[in-house]
This record gives sequence, structure tokens and C-alpha cells, in this order.
Amino acid sequence: MEDKKPVASMRAAELVMAGLFVAFGALVMWDSRRLGASWAEDGPQAGYFPFYIGLFIVVSAVVIIFRALNLGEKGRVAFVERGQLRMVLLVMVPTVVYAALIANPWFSLGIYLSSAIFISFFMWHLGKYRWTRIAPVSLGVAVFFFVLFEVWFKLPLPKGPIEAALGFN
Amino acid sequence: MQEIQSLMGGFAVAMSWFNLVLMLAGVTLGVLIGVLPGLGGANGVAILLPLTFTMSQQPGGATSAIILLSCIYWGALFGGAITSILFNIPGEPWSVATTFDGYPLAQKGQAGAALTSAFTSSFIGALVAVILITFISPVIARFALRFGPPEFFSVYLLTFSAFVGMSKGTPFKTIAAMMAGFALAAVGIDTVTGQLRLTFGFSELLKGFDFLIAVIGLFGIGEILLTIEEGLEFRGTKAKLNLRVVLDTWKELPKYWKTSIRSSAVGCMMGIVPGGATPASFMAYGLAKKMSRDGEEFGTGKIEGVVAPETAAHAAGTSALLPMLTLGVPGSPTAAVLLGGLLIWGLQPGPLLFVEKPDFVWGLIASMYLGNIVGLIVVLTCVPLFASILRIPFAIIAPVILVICAIGAYTVHNSIFDVWLMIVFGILGYVFKKLDYPMAPLVLALVLGDRAEDAFRQSMLGPEGSLTVFFSNPLVGTITGAALLLLFWPLISRALAIVRGRNGRGG
Repeated sequence: MEDKKPVASMRAAELVMAGLFVAFGALVMWDSRRLGASWAEDGPQAGYFPFYIGLFIVVSAVVIIFRALNLGEKGRVAFVERGQLRMVLLVMVPTVVYAALIANPWFSLGIYLSSAIFISFFMWHLGKYRWTRIAPVSLGVAVFFFVLFEVWFKLPLPKGPIEAALGFN
Repeated sequence: MQEIQSLMGGFAVAMSWFNLVLMLAGVTLGVLIGVLPGLGGANGVAILLPLTFTMSQQPGGATSAIILLSCIYWGALFGGAITSILFNIPGEPWSVATTFDGYPLAQKGQAGAALTSAFTSSFIGALVAVILITFISPVIARFALRFGPPEFFSVYLLTFSAFVGMSKGTPFKTIAAMMAGFALAAVGIDTVTGQLRLTFGFSELLKGFDFLIAVIGLFGIGEILLTIEEGLEFRGTKAKLNLRVVLDTWKELPKYWKTSIRSSAVGCMMGIVPGGATPASFMAYGLAKKMSRDGEEFGTGKIEGVVAPETAAHAAGTSALLPMLTLGVPGSPTAAVLLGGLLIWGLQPGPLLFVEKPDFVWGLIASMYLGNIVGLIVVLTCVPLFASILRIPFAIIAPVILVICAIGAYTVHNSIFDVWLMIVFGILGYVFKKLDYPMAPLVLALVLGDRAEDAFRQSMLGPEGSLTVFFSNPLVGTITGAALLLLFWPLISRALAIVRGRNGRGG
């Protein structure tokens, strides 16, 4: 069973996450020190509150690290299996591409066209639908949202070349 | 009975045709949100919040806006039961206990009876909680008018200590998640000194992190990732709900009045405490199992095993609005989003709200009665429709939900940067869930962070100007003391267990 192969153990995931917390907490403390984390004439300085927040993050993350090191058998359980990770990436990667298509410095498609492409890709790749099903669903959803937001709620969302050609901007 | 009079005024506000249509729309949308994977009460309300910006600027619009959003919340609470019973998928964490007996009932072909009793008990739980809100909240608000910054800070401390004291897993993960929320809340321009905090020169970070983005990412994207990990299939039982089944079930339900009362009480008490709905549902289920005559058969499909958790969860979910309205301290992530809504509409949540905006407060409370009646009717009549939505293949529903989340994130500030942030929060939500980090404390800290810090700094400005101010009078001392007790409860209970164990061996 190739799909059941663990990509990362629970212990590794716990350690990485807690490590990120330590780094984040340290960053918060460092920036708070820069602002002044002590007591001024008129009360606490701007960095006082965040400094202790950062300290709490670091301390609790260190405790989590020690607990993760002593997890024993439980730490060897898979955090994510290969098949699971593939499914997750199958959602994550298109979503990142989708966000990039909506607006980027080079050629933005706007949210409606990007959404239609995004839904089409999912239906084609995951659902194995025929184009005769994909086209009406993806275009229908995009048009529905367009009418809902641009016409009805008058909330401007990012638009691209098609909307511009139709005279909306 | 001034409350009755105020409530009648509230009904007059809530009963306009416009508001009634909003209730119907809100509840229907809410059930839909509760049924769909990746959309729950908190992020459903967060996504729709930007749509109320324009609505809230009209006269009386803030009341309409809160009616719409709170009805989405009631709908989502109802909707959670549908997926739990028909598909064995708890739509919300507090519906987990409903699956214990709800799904076996559905497998036995009694899905209709299970659904009817779930909806009816939800309604009763909510009703008890709303009655509680009607009569208790004015008293608490009047009392809280005397609160100064130290009192408010101690209430915030109590809220966050409750999370630590009641955390299921290790309290350190709760603290880490909560403090991360506070740190994210601190990002941006410091309100007191005007200094830039934690922005590291990025102009996108100047306005700070919006909790709406965090909610949509953590609860929405994270949930989708968790669902897809398990594969693409939903397998569920068919739902048929006709009048005969409803009436037959209603005839049976009064038998469980004791369970209902007990579960309502548990729910109301736990709901006021943050994060209380989920433990309340489990507690009510456990109590019913222990005290019922046929508690042995719980888990095989007993109506009573559906009544108990549903009543408690709905009572808790509703009473979570009590501290939000009276003190400005939300008891659940969804209440936190509603609180964020109040701030966006230009209302100051807290005790003054009862004095300054009685129309708003009582309109909302009256709409809770009406919204739950509307909700009960909607779910009882439309179950097959909602269940059929879950049969839409995941390959269609998942991208549509992701598109809705992206639009929701974008509309908060009209910024594409927020869509990227949402994706990052989504990955964080996925990892948090898998590693058992709680998300509610992070969201609540993100919402309340600035207010808690302001209360802290204002307390420090006074003549005392030291931490002793939090023990300077009996009131603030009691709240702070209770907070510290809750905060160290994991340690205290362990110490007690050791002492008791020693005594046991000694005698």
C-alpha cells in the first residue's frame, strides 16, 4: 500500500510546529524590545504587552517540544500519509494558482474568469466530467456570482479583460 | 417587568416585513452553511459580514444586519444536526455527540424521528437560553455599567483563562494558539503611541490582521483540506420527513422532559463560558446516559440520546451571545464574528449598548425568538432539499466553496493580499487541527487582543499604576481571583488528585 506510507511522523510535525512557534515568539519579543518593553513614566510602553505575549509563546512552545520528544510510540503515528498528502496538494496547488490568476502584476484574469477556470479544472481532473457538464456548471457559477456581487450588491470584485470588453470596470 | 416591555418594543422592531424576510433568508442560508463541508457558523457569518456594510448604514440597518447574521448562526446550529444524523459527519464540533445515537437511528430507518427530535430539542434549548438572555442580560449589563478598565481586563482574563482551564488536550497548546492570536492582533499601528508594531517594513501589515480573514482561512479552507484528505465520497441515508413522522415524534418527546430540562441547564451554564457548546453537548449526553432508565442502550439509536446533546448544544450556542451583548466578551468564535460585526457597524459592544441602543439590543433579542421559530419550520419542511445538497459531488462543491471563501476574504478590505493570507491561515488551520491545537482561542484573542490590551494599559494609567490594581477592590479582585483559579485549574486538579490518592492509600 503505497498510499498508506507516512510522509511525516506525528513527532516530526509536532517539533516543526512548535519550532515555528518558538521562532515566531522570539520575533515578537525582539520587535517589542526595539519598541521598548519596559515601564515608562505614563505606564507600559508600546512593546510591553507584546513582549510578554512573545515570552508566553516561546515558553509554551518549549514545553510542547519536550512533550513531543517524550511521545514514545504515539510519536511514530503518521501525521499525514502519502495518499492524503496527494489529495491535499490536489486542492492546495490549484487554489494557489487560482489566487495568482485573480490578480497579479502581469496578466490578471479577474475573479470571475479565474473562478470558472478553477471550477472547470476541479470537475475535469477530480470529477472526470465531460465538457458538456463542466461548461454549464463553471460558467453558470461565475455568472451567478457576477450578477450577485456586481449588479445586486454593487460590491466591486477584481475584474479582467472580459468584463472590461463588456463595459464593466 | 420592564424587560417584557422592552421585549415588546423589540418585537415591534423585528416584526417588519423586511426583517422577517431577512430571517427566512438568514436561516435558510445558515442551514445550507451548516450542511456544507468547509462552511460553518463562524466562517459563514464572516464571509457574509462584508455584504452588510451598506445595509448597516441605513436607519435601523444595523438591527437588520444583526438579524440576518444571527439567523445564519441559528440556521447553522440546526444544520449541523442534519449531517450528523444522515451522514455521520458532524457539521460542527458540538454535533459530534449527536452522531452517537442519531446515525444509528438513521440506519434503522428512523432518520425522520431522529431529525424531528434533534430539531425540536434544538429549538427548546435555544428557547430556554433566549428567555435567560431576556431576563438576565439587562441585569448583568446594569451591573457592568460600573465596570472600569481594570474590571474589563479581569473579565478578559477570565475568558482566556477559561480556555486554558477547560482545554481538552494539553493547556500549553491552548496558550500557544491564544498568544499567537494576541501577537497577530498587536500587528499594525499601536493605538496609544502611534508606533508601528511587528510590521517589519511591510506596508500590507500596517492595518494589521483582520480576524475575518483568519476565521475564513482557519475554519473554511482548513476544513476543506481535512475533508478531502478522507477521500471524495459522502455516503448517507435517505431522509424522508412527513407530517405523520413529525407528529408521532412530538408525541414521544414529552417523555424526555427531564432530559430536556437538565440539558438546557447544562447548556446555558456552559454557553456563557467560552468554548462551552462542545463540552456542554458531551456533558449532557453523558448525564442523560447515566440518569436515563435505558442508559445501557445509548449508542444504539435512542431518541433520548439525540435530545440531550442537541438541547445542550443549542442552549449553549445561544447563551454564548449573553456575555457578548452585556460585556463585549464573546463566548464562541461565531459570537466573536458577530461582535466584530458590531464594531464594523460602529456600535460599541458592552453594557452601554443596552442604554444607548435599546432598539438594536431588544430587536436582536426578539429576533432570537422569531428566528428560532422560523428555523424550526424551515428545517422541518426542507430536510430532503438540504440533504440533497450533500449529494452534489465533492468535485463540484469543493471548488465552489473555495471560490466563496476567496470572494469573502477579498470583500473584507477589497485586497488580494487578504486572499493570500486566507490560504496561509487555511494551511495553518489544517495543521492545527491535525496536531490538536485549538482554533477558537486564537480567533477570540485576535478579536479581543486590542481591547484587552487597551483595558490593561488604561488600568495602568490610574494612580496605582501597578498590577495590584487588579486586586484593588472586592469586585475586580473576585474576577481576577476566579480567572487565576481557572488558569491554573489543570495544575490544581492534578495536585488534588495526588493528595486524594495519598489519602486513599493512607486510610
